[in-house]
Amino acid sequence: MSHSITPALPASSPFREFAGGYARSRVAVAALVMLLLILAIAICAPLISPQNPYDLAQLDIMDSKLAPGAKSSAGWTFVLGTDDQGRDMLSAIFHGLRISLGVGVFSTVVALAIGIVAGLIAAYVGGWTDAIIMRVVDLQLSFPAILIALILLAILGQGVDKIVVALITVQWAYYARTVRGAALVEKRKEYVDAAMCLGYSSVRIVLRHIMPNVLPPLIVVATVQVAHAIALEATLSFLGLGMPITSPSLGLLISNGFTHLLSGKYWISFFPGLALLVTIVAINLVGDQLRDVLNPRLK
Amino acid sequence: MLAFILRRLAQSLLALFVMSALVFVGVYAIGNPVDILINPQADQEEIARVTAALGLDKPVWVQYWSFLSAAFTGDLGKSFASNIPAVQLILQRMPATVELALVAMIIAIVIGLPLGLWAGLKPDSFAAKSIMAGSILGFSLPTFWVGLMLIMIFSVWLGWLPSTGRGDTIEVLGLHLSVFTWDGLKHLLMPATNLALFKLSLLIRLTRAGTREAMVQDYVRFARAKGVPEKRVVSVHVLKNILIPIVTVVGLEFGSLIAFAIITESVFAWPGMGKLLIDSINVLDRPVIVAYLMIIVFLFILINLAVDILYTALDPRVRVSGARA
Repeated sequence: MSHSITPALPASSPFREFAGGYARSRVAVAALVMLLLILAIAICAPLISPQNPYDLAQLDIMDSKLAPGAKSSAGWTFVLGTDDQGRDMLSAIFHGLRISLGVGVFSTVVALAIGIVAGLIAAYVGGWTDAIIMRVVDLQLSFPAILIALILLAILGQGVDKIVVALITVQWAYYARTVRGAALVEKRKEYVDAAMCLGYSSVRIVLRHIMPNVLPPLIVVATVQVAHAIALEATLSFLGLGMPITSPSLGLLISNGFTHLLSGKYWISFFPGLALLVTIVAINLVGDQLRDVLNPRLK
Repeated sequence: MLAFILRRLAQSLLALFVMSALVFVGVYAIGNPVDILINPQADQEEIARVTAALGLDKPVWVQYWSFLSAAFTGDLGKSFASNIPAVQLILQRMPATVELALVAMIIAIVIGLPLGLWAGLKPDSFAAKSIMAGSILGFSLPTFWVGLMLIMIFSVWLGWLPSTGRGDTIEVLGLHLSVFTWDGLKHLLMPATNLALFKLSLLIRLTRAGTREAMVQDYVRFARAKGVPEKRVVSVHVLKNILIPIVTVVGLEFGSLIAFAIITESVFAWPGMGKLLIDSINVLDRPVIVAYLMIIVFLFILINLAVDILYTALDPRVRVSGARA
């Protein structure tokens, strides 16, 4: 370096500060790039897949269980091999990612919304309402998520809508508890008293004053929760209780390949599993870094 | 103290009541068991007779009451598939699950405690950082995926370990166990490791946090000043103090091990009650599903209650706030 004195930094915007904090970890940046790539693949799946894996007219039973790199009867290459119906695994994984991510993100967002509403009501109204909501939350959180989901699916049966309901039920209580705790702290602060003195309605105070202060840490938690939701959905689908055969998520693809794993045809299970793993780890790394950067105590 | 225990007991009973109602309404009231139980060609008279015999013509709350009172005597109906009482079917499978969960817990403790201690004593070393990175992986990887990878590597590629079943069992005190035979141990190793992974990560983190906290305490400084060798400071003074929360967590987590065994048992075809549940869900064998859920809910509520009461007995601060609440 030729300059011995570093110039004073320009007045930095909060966003720039945030981005700088995030970029300090190279692993986290790599994870973010990976995650964006995965999202792009999931969104564009029908456009970039070599074949439509669910159009039976495009499948050829002669191509079934081909190893990665094998040529199809039509002449092109199956980069990741085929399953027992002659389906291109790469295309199946692209579509599976779309389904897994879609279910994971959607259920987390709905659960977050329900949790926020329940938590804010519990904190602001208090009394019996609070007691009832929190007892339900306590009861639910005393059982592992997988067990609650299994009970629900045993009752409801199979289907995309059912698994979404199960994933929402499993998650909402966690958010409700977090929101209630944070909202109780905010409620005692002076700006809430000030808003009350100005004569604003309770709804306005809760939505415009308390909620914006409760939300940011929650969104970080929700990021990591998407990974949990995806893992849970994959697990349930693997057990045969999740997605129906018509919307094969990554978990279902892995499950379908499981029987062939023992006969050495690893790719039917292995590659969807790898996609699932990369997705989950990338989301976790991004979420962890977000939490570290946004946590005021670590600054 | 007594008031706290009584209130906690009442809460547990209420929880059991709510969960049983949920399971009952869910599994019995949705869909008609008669359709499954009798011949589709039966006439109206036959259907009416079976409905009356099963008590399905009575109001729901009467049905629930008879279900509850039967449940208290340990009668949760017979399996549709095998015509054996559901509770008996589950109890037959229970030793396999408990054995798997116990061995998993032992693996988690035996490996997790030393690794956590190491990571806590030398937090900046490369080994400690690798251990912590490993524990993050252990937390975020889905259990079934790890199980699949284990099978792929150790059964399919290397051919070292069998991938399904329990292997040879021998009878110990009336229970069939795999741990005491060589073949059984080989069958047990992979599923137990798979099940242990999550708890292992948890134990590593707990032990590390506890150790880091304990190392700066006055009693450690005092022991060192007294000239106690470092080895003894760690293995006696520190370990004794961090063990209390760890023992609590190990106790609490045992229930969730049994719940998570559902996944591991399905991957490794381990004939425990988790596998029985999944098989029963797939063939709609309702009495077995209900019996399993009731038993596991009961188990969980019992464990939570026991831990709460133990905690109160051990920690006076909980007792005071509990009495006020």
